[in-house]
Amino acid sequence: MEPKNQHTQTILAPIRKVSKGDYLLWGALTALLLSGLVAWIWQYIEGLGITGMNRPVYWGVYITNFVFFIGLAHSGTFISAILRIAGQSWRAPLTRAAEAITLFSLPFGAGSIIIDMGRPERLLNLVFYGRYQSPILWDVTAVSLYLLSSVVFFYLSLLPDIAMCRDRLTNVPHWQHRMYEILALGWNHDSEQYHRLEKVLDGMAVFMTMLVVTVHTVVSWLFGMTVQPGWHTALIGPFFLLGAILSGTAAVVIVLALLRKAYRLEKVLHNGLFNSLRKLLITFVLGWLYMMIAEYLTIGYSNMTEEMVVLTDKFSGTYATMFWSMTVFVFVIPLLIFIFKGKNSVGWMVFASVLINIGMWMERYIVIIPTEISPRMLHVMGQGSYLPALPEILITIACFAGLILLYAVFTRFFPIIPIWETAEELPGHAHSTKTSPAPSSASSD
Amino acid sequence: MLRWGMVIDLDKCFACQSCTAACRMENNTPVAGKDQADMGRAILWNEVLPFVEGEYPNVHTTILPRPCMHCDEPSCVKVCPVQATFMNEEGTVLVNYDRCIGCRMCTVACPYAVRYFNWYAPEWPDALKEHLNPDPEVAPRPKGVVEKCTFCVQRLRKAREEAEAEGRTFNATDYTPACVETCTGRARYFGDLNDPNSLVSKLSHSPRAFRMFEELGTHPKVYYLKQG
Repeated sequence: MEPKNQHTQTILAPIRKVSKGDYLLWGALTALLLSGLVAWIWQYIEGLGITGMNRPVYWGVYITNFVFFIGLAHSGTFISAILRIAGQSWRAPLTRAAEAITLFSLPFGAGSIIIDMGRPERLLNLVFYGRYQSPILWDVTAVSLYLLSSVVFFYLSLLPDIAMCRDRLTNVPHWQHRMYEILALGWNHDSEQYHRLEKVLDGMAVFMTMLVVTVHTVVSWLFGMTVQPGWHTALIGPFFLLGAILSGTAAVVIVLALLRKAYRLEKVLHNGLFNSLRKLLITFVLGWLYMMIAEYLTIGYSNMTEEMVVLTDKFSGTYATMFWSMTVFVFVIPLLIFIFKGKNSVGWMVFASVLINIGMWMERYIVIIPTEISPRMLHVMGQGSYLPALPEILITIACFAGLILLYAVFTRFFPIIPIWETAEELPGHAHSTKTSPAPSSASSD
Repeated sequence: MLRWGMVIDLDKCFACQSCTAACRMENNTPVAGKDQADMGRAILWNEVLPFVEGEYPNVHTTILPRPCMHCDEPSCVKVCPVQATFMNEEGTVLVNYDRCIGCRMCTVACPYAVRYFNWYAPEWPDALKEHLNPDPEVAPRPKGVVEKCTFCVQRLRKAREEAEAEGRTFNATDYTPACVETCTGRARYFGDLNDPNSLVSKLSHSPRAFRMFEELGTHPKVYYLKQG
């Protein structure tokens, strides 16, 4: 017996037909993705010299993208794992939409590291000669484990819905139906199956929560473990983690708004969800401010020479414009919107969330570049400079295009709202309206 | 056990740059060209850096020749994910160019900025190409890998081979990096820091001796003798 969900038809509707608009969108995104690929091949043949990177700015937008995409990926795990453990049952309709961001942005995060390598064909040296003394290997381990467990977590929670696609979507192309048959792994909505699935997902949620904290902390340690001014701070781990969850949650808002507009899912993705996310975002934005103050006040107050060079560069030097617009984008405008305008207004919420994500990309950039521009040898080497070159811009655009492409294609072949998790009744759960076995304490106002 | 180190007397250095030139010829570092050099992409295993203090008319300039510091606790070795950069048993920090993946973590971790990346495949004007050092140990590095000063480790090998061929025991004074040998002002000293009677060992204990960024705990094996 299938789970009973009054919205099943609405949720499955986008899968029934791929429109002309879809092909146009996919085509445009593929073109952008290909242009990035061409840029990468060009870079591989010529060398990293065609980028804007130099000495002392050895890391540029590729590493910025790496940190940003891994950060974006935290949305899914936060919503589906952390909120699952916390028994926040309101999250059910948006779990898959959030997890899909995780799944599709991780490859571009991990890929950015490979793109940044001078010798990508030696990637396997990390396996043959890898040594755990290096933060790079911590990253490789954490990110690949994260990718792997995200895939498993995502696939498991998708199983019942694939089975529903298999059973209900009988007039889709043959190959597509065959795909559902294979991927459903013979799922037949047995109550015991649901029981076990819940159990596995709960267990994995604990693991994923630990992993999500580890991953972004380790990403920050790429910088924090060096002795360079501006990077060498114990706060860099928590700061990166909080930023990741902030940009991830903001990304969920954008995605939800797009989905409900494009696929007419207003009934399922109701305003209440946005209001709940709004509360979370207010918390995270304030947390971000707290981290900012804790970090910069400590550095500014203690007034150490080398640290101050980097700090001054951010506050009133080369990066002042970027630094202060970042603060306005991540903190000032979004907080005002969330408090005064965001309630019941999806438009405002999306606007604030877009600003947050632009700001968070800038934040990553501002953490990485100014420290490199002002190395310890500054007084003898002189100030460095960096501007991304064409291949870096093309590849960055391609990463974003790729993420959107994977997402857009996925939503046309699989239900982006978890039907079974939002079902009124699950086999074996007599009057279940929620998915989490934990008692519900949350309200979706 | 030998522990190679260098002492540079800043009183004697007059910034003639011959160390930089000698290093270039000895170690086959590529010619970047003006545009690339302006972008900060010139590869100079040894650099002579001017440290200008104050403003005109009260200017004081210190010249700082800077090879690799060959730290005893190198920041670069620690962060290399594939052990492409390593310290050999005589304390010299080297790079395995065949293994380096070009992640540039070492270049951002080194506080002395001594590590250089091959942004392009190396190039030389034809006239220079004929005069490359034929030693296979300094064969031009491919694009995409990191390189740096090795204390002319190939000269050490040659010195050992020579001693063996002549049937005598190798002496620490047989080995001199190109920058030390060429130094016009004889400002550079090189030798075994573990030998308490060696010149470098004695000079490293001079009251004028200091090391760069000693507070970072990297324990460089390049000492400077203070000016003035």
